[in-house]
Amino acid sequence: MSEASTNNPAHAPKTSLLASDARTKRRETAEKRFRMYGIAAIAVGLFFLIVLAVTIVRSGLPAFTSAVVDIEFTLTEVQFDEAEGTVFKTKAYQGFFNAALAERLQAADFDVAFDEKAIERLLGKTGGTIREFFRANPDKLGEPVSFELPASSRVDGYFKGRVTRDTLVDSRFLQVSDLDIVDAMVDAGVIKTVFNWNFVTGADTGVDNPGGAGIGASVIGSFFMMLVVLVLSLPIGVAASIYLEEFAPQNRFTDLIEVNISNLAAVPSIVFGILGLAVFIQFMHLPQSAPLVGGLVLTLMTLPTIIISTRASLKAVPPSIREAALGVGASKMQTVFHHVLPLAMPGILTGTIIGLAQALGETAPLLLIGMVGFVARGYPDGVVSGFLDPNSAMPAQIYTWAARADAGFYEKAWGGIIILLLFLLAMNILAIILRRRFERRW
Amino acid sequence: MNDMRLLQRTQGMNDIKIQANGVDVFYADNHAIKDVSVEIEDKTVTAFIGPSGCGKSTFLRCLNRMNDTIDICKVTGDILLDGEDIYDPKVDPVQLRAKVGMVFQKPNPFPKSIYDNVAYGPRIHGLAKNKAELDEIIEKSLRRGAIWDEVKDRLKQPGTGLSGGQQQRLCIARAIATEPEVLLMDEPCSALDPIATAQVEELIDELKQNYSVVIVTHSMQQAARVSQKTAFFHLGSLVEYGETGKIFTNPEDSRTESYITGRIG
Repeated sequence: MSEASTNNPAHAPKTSLLASDARTKRRETAEKRFRMYGIAAIAVGLFFLIVLAVTIVRSGLPAFTSAVVDIEFTLTEVQFDEAEGTVFKTKAYQGFFNAALAERLQAADFDVAFDEKAIERLLGKTGGTIREFFRANPDKLGEPVSFELPASSRVDGYFKGRVTRDTLVDSRFLQVSDLDIVDAMVDAGVIKTVFNWNFVTGADTGVDNPGGAGIGASVIGSFFMMLVVLVLSLPIGVAASIYLEEFAPQNRFTDLIEVNISNLAAVPSIVFGILGLAVFIQFMHLPQSAPLVGGLVLTLMTLPTIIISTRASLKAVPPSIREAALGVGASKMQTVFHHVLPLAMPGILTGTIIGLAQALGETAPLLLIGMVGFVARGYPDGVVSGFLDPNSAMPAQIYTWAARADAGFYEKAWGGIIILLLFLLAMNILAIILRRRFERRW
Repeated sequence: MNDMRLLQRTQGMNDIKIQANGVDVFYADNHAIKDVSVEIEDKTVTAFIGPSGCGKSTFLRCLNRMNDTIDICKVTGDILLDGEDIYDPKVDPVQLRAKVGMVFQKPNPFPKSIYDNVAYGPRIHGLAKNKAELDEIIEKSLRRGAIWDEVKDRLKQPGTGLSGGQQQRLCIARAIATEPEVLLMDEPCSALDPIATAQVEELIDELKQNYSVVIVTHSMQQAARVSQKTAFFHLGSLVEYGETGKIFTNPEDSRTESYITGRIG
């Protein structure tokens, strides 16, 4: 021991509070350094978050718009009867449309030569849509009707910069000469970019039609799946935690259960997927690709999360509240349900919503039970069919799109991520609101 | 402490409310209470005193079976309330606790309104048929808890917003709202300042008109001020039990004398 550190104050050298010694300086530098580490860590995190957000928005926003040809033309009854009398009916309608388009371009003083094949490359087979419309609304015959016909995905890509004159290789899908027609149509105001409602409400399409693909059907799939998860995992999870935390005796067996619940929370989700495949589909013969099965699998995955967070929030309720209730003659169950559970509610809800949000973003187990993206071809017919008919879920749909070759699907995948993140954001906001509502001081 | 008054504090003969015969309590292997026998009278304040860890709180919690909530705790011997064994398998501890109310060391109001705090007991025991009756019970309990005048205008405000002393009196009002016959108090003033303590003590003195009150306290002065009977516990045994005046002025056991005079404890 040195002289200065003896306990006798008489031996201690006089020090000034205003001058800091070497020890104090070292401590202060260490504190400053630690603060810098913290700030640096947060800055790095924020940077990547911003990069992520910007990338997602930039790549995903184009999915929400699409190029359409907006053209108004009149079909007389004579033309209608004439077209219905031919063998290739839609072909006839296509002729009417092409004529109307040519007229429109000439009226705007654009002289571009085009043939039927070129129009087909730009807009697909337009005849079908027009015929459908007039067969459904015969009273519109003879008056001007305006049509918005979606341009092909490559023309759409030309508008969004995905396809350029330099990179385009002539093919049966699109030729460089077609772009002259597109430019002329833009100048004539025939073609325009509109909000792509079909992306939000539509279903998945085949691999050759990225333009028509929408995420709506898989949103519905996710919705029915989440319904199953919520209805099963919240009551089971909360009941299990209340029993384990408040009623179960503390012994080897409950310890074992506790350890295993913690372990389950760390099991990779794909394991739950293969378990679901074996148990729910192969053994119990539930329908393949059904949101019901997806929900069951995700319930298994969510339960540990809910149980762990519920038990933690039950534990956080001060024992004095339990004593107070027991002291006025409340039974154990009354104590739990009247006092402990309401106080633990914010924590339970937060845990549940975090669990649900995890389940909403889960892909791997869904692929194993067949809820792949291309299954989501249409909307279910009703509630029962919503649970049992093959459907996909948002993340699986995004995965499927990302794996497809056409660049149009790449854009759809990013757009799907935006929708998925919006749902997650909404759930987190809900969690915060519920937390605030139920939070009480004690 | 006024010796003259202590000696004059005569003890009328009251009925025996609680009778404990040879009570032993074990926490796993730890023998916490050793063969305690005591008779607690009705309409009397009985004080349990003794150094920390002597088992006075543990014994108090045996009287309304609060120890049941601790898994490893085992109680043997008989405790009779009005001649009925409270540890009889047929006894529902919840019914017992409605008869034997408890006030804790730290004020622990529910995070609810003052009204709901007091109303909780009567509600779960079905003591009030309608809102008017419940209101009446609450006013009566808060008056008996000597807190009515302070809270009558803010019954809808949270009980946790009151001061420490008010909270403790609210907890006492909550305990008497269920019409108990015995009131157990586990160091009810240890978290309170002297003024709040004085209010609670005054309240305890009034409560003995209607209830049998058992109070655990660290403060010998408090025991001398509020109680008629005093029990001195040491290392899990009941050393001496008798009239407060006698215990404080002329104890029989040398250990009691050492504690009273501040040599042990």
